[in-house]
Amino acid sequence: MIIFSIVFLPLFGAVISGFFHRWFGEKIVMIVTTALVSISCLFSWGMFFSFAEDTVVKIILSSWIKTSDFEVFWALRFDNLTSVMLVVITTVSSLVHIYSFGYMNHDLNWKDSESYKPRFFSYLSLFTFMMLMLVTADNFLQMFFGWEGVGLASYLLIGFYYKKSSANSAAIKAFIVNRVGDFGFVLGIFGIFFLFGTISFDFVFSEISSVVSTDYLLLEIFSLCLFVGAMGKSAQLFLHTWLPDAMEGPTPVSALIHAATMVTAGVFLVCRISPMLEYTPIVSMIIIIVGTGTALFAASVALVQQDIKRIIAYSTCSQLGYMFVAAGIGFYQAAMFHLFTHAFFKALLFLGAGSVIHGTHHEQNIFKMGGLRTKMPYTFVSMLIGTLAITGVGIPLVYYIFDIQLGFAGFASKDAIIEGIYAHGGSFSIYAFWILIIAATMTSFYSWRLIFVTFFGEFKGDKKLFDSIHESSISMIIPLSILVLGSIFTGFVFYEQFVGHNSKQYFGDAIFMSSENTILKDFHYVPWWVKVSPFFAMIIGLFCSMVFYLANSSLLTVLFKQHAGLYVFLYKKWYFDEIYATLIIAPVKYLGNLFWIHFDGKVINKFINFVSLALVPSLSKNAATAQTGFVTHYAFAMILGLVAVTILLSVFISF
Amino acid sequence: MIFGNEHKSESIQNIKIIALVTTSATFLISLTCLFQFDFDLEGFQFLEDRKWVSTMRYKLGVDGISLPFVMLTTFLMPLVIVASWDIEYRVKDYMVAFLILESLMIGVFCALDIILFYIFFEAGLIPMFIIIGIWGGKDRIYATFKFFLYTLLGSILMLVAIIYLINMVGSSDIEKLFQYIVPSNVVDVFGFSVSGGTQTLLWLAFFASFAVKMPMWPFHTWLPDAHVQAPTGGSMVLAAILLKMGGYGFIRFNLSILPEASIIMQDFILFLSVIAIIYASLVALVQEDMKKLIAYSSVAHMGFVTMGIFSMDHHGIDGAIFQMISHGIISAALFFGVGVMYVRTKTRLISDYGGLVIRMPNFALILMIFTMANIGLPGTSGFVGEFLSLLGAFKTKPWYVAFALIGVILSAAYALPLYKKIMFGDLLKENLKPLSDISFAEKVVFIPLIIATIAFGIFPYFIFEFTDTSVGAILNNMENAVIISQTNIEETILKVFSSREDG
Repeated sequence: MIIFSIVFLPLFGAVISGFFHRWFGEKIVMIVTTALVSISCLFSWGMFFSFAEDTVVKIILSSWIKTSDFEVFWALRFDNLTSVMLVVITTVSSLVHIYSFGYMNHDLNWKDSESYKPRFFSYLSLFTFMMLMLVTADNFLQMFFGWEGVGLASYLLIGFYYKKSSANSAAIKAFIVNRVGDFGFVLGIFGIFFLFGTISFDFVFSEISSVVSTDYLLLEIFSLCLFVGAMGKSAQLFLHTWLPDAMEGPTPVSALIHAATMVTAGVFLVCRISPMLEYTPIVSMIIIIVGTGTALFAASVALVQQDIKRIIAYSTCSQLGYMFVAAGIGFYQAAMFHLFTHAFFKALLFLGAGSVIHGTHHEQNIFKMGGLRTKMPYTFVSMLIGTLAITGVGIPLVYYIFDIQLGFAGFASKDAIIEGIYAHGGSFSIYAFWILIIAATMTSFYSWRLIFVTFFGEFKGDKKLFDSIHESSISMIIPLSILVLGSIFTGFVFYEQFVGHNSKQYFGDAIFMSSENTILKDFHYVPWWVKVSPFFAMIIGLFCSMVFYLANSSLLTVLFKQHAGLYVFLYKKWYFDEIYATLIIAPVKYLGNLFWIHFDGKVINKFINFVSLALVPSLSKNAATAQTGFVTHYAFAMILGLVAVTILLSVFISF
Repeated sequence: MIFGNEHKSESIQNIKIIALVTTSATFLISLTCLFQFDFDLEGFQFLEDRKWVSTMRYKLGVDGISLPFVMLTTFLMPLVIVASWDIEYRVKDYMVAFLILESLMIGVFCALDIILFYIFFEAGLIPMFIIIGIWGGKDRIYATFKFFLYTLLGSILMLVAIIYLINMVGSSDIEKLFQYIVPSNVVDVFGFSVSGGTQTLLWLAFFASFAVKMPMWPFHTWLPDAHVQAPTGGSMVLAAILLKMGGYGFIRFNLSILPEASIIMQDFILFLSVIAIIYASLVALVQEDMKKLIAYSSVAHMGFVTMGIFSMDHHGIDGAIFQMISHGIISAALFFGVGVMYVRTKTRLISDYGGLVIRMPNFALILMIFTMANIGLPGTSGFVGEFLSLLGAFKTKPWYVAFALIGVILSAAYALPLYKKIMFGDLLKENLKPLSDISFAEKVVFIPLIIATIAFGIFPYFIFEFTDTSVGAILNNMENAVIISQTNIEETILKVFSSREDG
């Protein structure tokens, strides 16, 4: 019953807020909706702490699709993998709900008479519900339901400012790019049904070992298909282009959907299918390649972006790459751990950025800000702690003396991944290890750059604007403070639970690890220099950032001039959008026109006209203006013709 | 069985009310059939059998495959009548045409005599022809002409096949035709040897008719023209029900009576389906007229249907039937949506719109639901049909499915920008500023459609309870037929060999 209410309370809230705001009044539905999500959040934490290790609870709600031997149920499945996700989703969601009270108040995109707030809250709650359906799914199809549902909510929220054409285009882009991923997901579901005769998790995962012996290659292919789905949702390289554009949506949305929850659905999927991945080394390899590629690519692009939200968006993209690497090496616990900590500090960074944007009256370019730390002290401190968390500040090696991880959230989780990839072994993993270290350096650089440019130095915008900058309201500060706590403490409080010595028991059957996969032990025993390398990466990034943006900015201009080409390449995000526009979008439109005007219009219609003219000479070119009376003649002639054909046929054909 | 009646009345209001009452009553009567339906029975139920001309009989009945279509028809007709409430020109004729059309459409789905089927099938053309021809748009004559010609051409080939079939079997009873195994020995036609023989030839004749009706690529060009010219009610019926006769025919005749030919032609028809899906989606991308866009999207969706039917798999056929029902609901709603806008602005060009959501928020929500249903979002009925059709085909033809899935991506690529261009953006065009949100009557049409779309999306198993047994029966029948005819072939081969040895 508690699980049921965790999932359905947000839906209830969405309906109330969406349809009944005129009856109850705006304020009331907003409070009710937020309260419902918060209750759901409390229940989730309750379950998280009280849920016994290694158990699975399943509630079957109803039949969904049933045709002969294909049967799918609406069901809720609860294990520790789900439990972690529930906590992440409902916590961030309820904080974002609260935050939105302040942020969405007096939005300049709307006139006073327009009621937009209940709609916004309704979408937020709808999203939360869909996300909960995704993580509580007990079969691939229900997961896909949630998967597409969050896509819908994301589409609605990115395009929330519907008067802005760019917002709508971004929303459509997000939906379509995700559909490309879904192409893989659906194909994967088909494949799984083909191989296993069912798409329920329990049956599929228990049959894996027998299928491997007969259809190993197909299993690889279908796992890859599922991973393509994960790539779309988690904005991995090649399917990442939608995520930066999605920043067109209101900032709380970016925090909830495009940082903490929806984009991690891909990671969740990959962890969920761990029993499959354990038997498909090729796909795991591909996951590592894509993950490292994304981590490096996104971090490099984030180095030079100027929009505060886009920097954080690329940062998200890059961090998701880390999570995938962890899943690729079979270290699913670390992937989930990083997902968990990342949700807190990335939501914090986004909400902090939202506070900055709100305070500066919708300015997003960090180079038009500066010196904000005096004007917005709370926001500054929150952002600072978020940055400490994401760059992984902490004291290395303490764990081996005192058995605790002394550092901010990202320190514990990101370092676990980096140690894991080294421990995974093999020459390829060493490359991946160094790439991740470089990406970590970049992460540190761009994160600190954001802080230095935004909060230090002189204000670079209009003087009048500077005077009007204000700290955000209490409803925005409270969520920030809670997330600050999360960013500081989640790392060392939950380290043991996720990746410590007993974490195998904690996740139980929810994460399957084959007997050869000993990463959980191995990663503790990497050389000391591996353990401290992320720390030095962070220091180097911080140092460079300080030199460039805090001390001597002339050095920076020299550097940019010398490498202008590289700078533009990074600034233009490796030209992905341009390449897609010319290679995919333009040809598709060209084909559409070609088919329509030339094939439909000229070939088929002309052919039809030709046939009719040959059959009925009396009706000439004026087919278009023919009177209805003629049609009967026409038809009659056709019948005559066909009778003739029939007679001919019956003469010639010998049955 | 169930017939809408013709009424003549003086007052225009009365005519509309009588039409509404009649169609609603029909719906209620059909509901009783729904509740009395026996799920486990393989054959036809609610039989009505009278002697007619010579060996032909007036025989009607439903099984699990036809009942959903009958329900779809009776469910939609009252809504179509309400949707046509603002017709002013020759109201009586309009309503009479629609009521006759309803009878004929129900007749098509219930007919158990192949001649009777043909008559209903063809006669349905006439009221539609009149509806487009009289209440249509500017180029209605060209459109009706094209519509009539295309469908007639296909139907005549079917007539030839029907006559041949009746001569061979000695009965026009569909139930008897099911049991008859049409010979499939290789025959020579003009020197070409046709594998599957008579079956294939008959199959092609039926195919000609149903493929035009569906419409399958490349026989689809009549549909966009007909839709653009048809009045709203006409478009709704055309897209929602008339197109489904093609799919129904494929299942009833091509699949059930000519199973071997279906297997021979499987690749051919799957190939056409995939082309239809991708081609029509691409063309829909570049349309400027809303109705044309939706018409092309219908062609693409029907591609999924043919794919499901000729997957010859239980899930596939179930999915195809479901897809037809679902598309009937969704396309009716979409065409009515276009009608709602057209009534207010007298234009169907996408570029004439923008920012409607500001004036018509309720309508925007409704259109969003159906746009999402149209692109197959899980939780709406649009998803289930597509998913199952492809799932069925995947087992034997995974490559076709992979290509068909591209259509799923493209569907979002044409439907969402359409929605954006109509609804979003700022309200800049002067003529759009005074628009009013949807009226009560319009809500009355939309709400049942919304309920159906979402209910079938969340609890689709309800429909499969009807279809499962009948689809199973068809597939069994197919297997048996194939086995028997294969043993026949083996026997003949053995005979030939033994006769040689004798010789």
